Amino acid sequence: MDKVIIAEKLSLAYSDEETIINGVNFSVDAGSFVFITGASGSGKSTLLKSLYGALKPQQGSLIVGGVEINGVSNKKLNFLRRHIGIVFQDYKLIKEWTIEKNIMLPLIINGYEKNVTQNQVDSLLKHVRLKHQAGKYPLELSGGEQQRVAMARALSHNPILILADEPTGNLDDYSSGLIWNLLEGANKQLNTTVIVVTHHIPETMSVDYKHFHIEYGSLNAVN
Amino acid sequence: MQSIKNHISLVVALVSILFSIQVFTIVDRSINAYKENLADNYSVIVVSELSIKNDEIKKISPLIDKVLELNPESVIKKLNTQIDKKNLELLKVTLPKFYRLNLKHFPSPDEIKLLTKKLLAHTLITKVENFASNHDSTFKMLLLFKDVISVFAVSVFIVTILLILKELRIWQFTHNERMSIMGLFGAPMWLSSAVLFRLAIVDAIISSIVAFILFSYLSTSIWIVQQLNNIGINIVVFDKLNDFLILFAVAIFSSVLLALLIVVGHKEEV
Repeated sequence: MDKVIIAEKLSLAYSDEETIINGVNFSVDAGSFVFITGASGSGKSTLLKSLYGALKPQQGSLIVGGVEINGVSNKKLNFLRRHIGIVFQDYKLIKEWTIEKNIMLPLIINGYEKNVTQNQVDSLLKHVRLKHQAGKYPLELSGGEQQRVAMARALSHNPILILADEPTGNLDDYSSGLIWNLLEGANKQLNTTVIVVTHHIPETMSVDYKHFHIEYGSLNAVN
Repeated sequence: MQSIKNHISLVVALVSILFSIQVFTIVDRSINAYKENLADNYSVIVVSELSIKNDEIKKISPLIDKVLELNPESVIKKLNTQIDKKNLELLKVTLPKFYRLNLKHFPSPDEIKLLTKKLLAHTLITKVENFASNHDSTFKMLLLFKDVISVFAVSVFIVTILLILKELRIWQFTHNERMSIMGLFGAPMWLSSAVLFRLAIVDAIISSIVAFILFSYLSTSIWIVQQLNNIGINIVVFDKLNDFLILFAVAIFSSVLLALLIVVGHKEEV
C-alpha cells in the first residue's frame, strides 16, 4: 500500500525553543483513517502543522504526498497544499467572504471552472446543512456552523489528505455528528486519507482507524 | 460596512497626498507667473558718459533681455523756460546717456549685484541704478510666500504619510489573515495578494477622481480666479489632462507601494 506520510527520526521545535517532537518514526498508508491523541501541549497540533509544511522539521525527514518538507520550495509546498484539506480548531474562515465563497476557496486556487465550483459548493452546503446560510458571513454563524463550513471547505476539492485539528472541540452533538459523518464518508467513499488530532476518539466510529498517542515528545501506536 | 471604512481611510489619505501635490504645483505656477510679471516691470537704469551701442550693453550679461536708450527731451523741455537756447544746446551735448535695461527674468539679489558689478566695469558706464532696496523686499516677500506654502505642503505630506503608515498597519492586520488562509490552501502569492492590489488600484482610481472633481471645481471658482487677478497673474490652476495624469500616477504608485510593502512583509503564521 502507498504511503502518504513517511517520517523518520522527525524532531519538531518552534524557533529557539525546546524540542516538542523528538525523533519519531511513523508512516501513514493512503486511504487510512488516523487519530492522534495526547494531553494538551503534548505536540499534537505541532505535528499536524508540520504535515502541511507550516513548521519545518528541526531534524530528520518528513515526506508528505511524495514531497520532502525539509527545504521544500514555496512552489512545491503550494502544490502539495492544493491536494490537502485542512480543518483548523479556530476554523480560519475569511471573515469578509460569504460562507459560499469560503467553501469555494480551494476550488478557486485549483483553477476549477465556475460551473463545477458552484455545483460542488451547492452539494457540500447541503451535506453540512447550511444551504440556507450560503450568503451569510462567518461571523453571522455559530461556532458549530463555522466549523461545518470549514469542513466543507476542506472537502471541496476532493483532497488526497485531510488534516483536522480538534474538529469537534467545543461543538454541540449535532455539529460533531455531522463532521464525523463527513470525515468517515470522505474516507470510505473517496478513499481520502484522514488524520485527526483530538482529545477524544468518538465511540461510534464506523471505519477502521489507526491510533497514535503523543507523550513526552514521542509518538506511540496504540492499536 | 468594514470594507467601506477601509476604502474611505485609504482614499482620504491618498486625496490628502494629491491635494498637497496640486497645491504645491499651483503655488509654484503662481510664483513663476508672478516672477515673470515682476521681470516685465523691473528694469535697471544705466548712466553713461558717451553713447554705447545697445548690442554692446547686451553683451555685458546674458541676463539682459532688452536695452532702451532713454530720450532726454522730456527733461530738457522742463528746463526750456529757464535756460537760453545756446546753453540748452550745450546741455544736450554734455548731458549723459541714460539706458533702461529689461532683464530676462526676475533676478535674485546676488544676480543684481553681479550685473551691477559687470556694468560698472565698463569704461563708459558711470552709474547704475538697480533699485536694490525695493527689489530685495519684493524678492524676500516672494521667497517667504513660497517657503510658507512649501512648509504647508510638506506638513500635509508628512501627516498623510503618517496616515498611510497607520493604514498600512490596519491593512497588514486585515489582509495578512486572508493571505495566510489562502496560503494554507496552496494559493500562490500573486493570487493571495490579488485582492489587496485590486483594492489598492480601486482606491487610487477613486482618490484620483475625487481630486479631479475637487480641482476642476476650484479652477473655475470665482474666488480663486479673483485672487489670481488681484495679484495680476493668470495661470492654469488645474490642467485636466497633464495634472490629472500626474495625480493618478502618484495615487497608483502610493497605493501599489503600500500593497507591495504588505506583501513583502507578509509572514505565514505558525
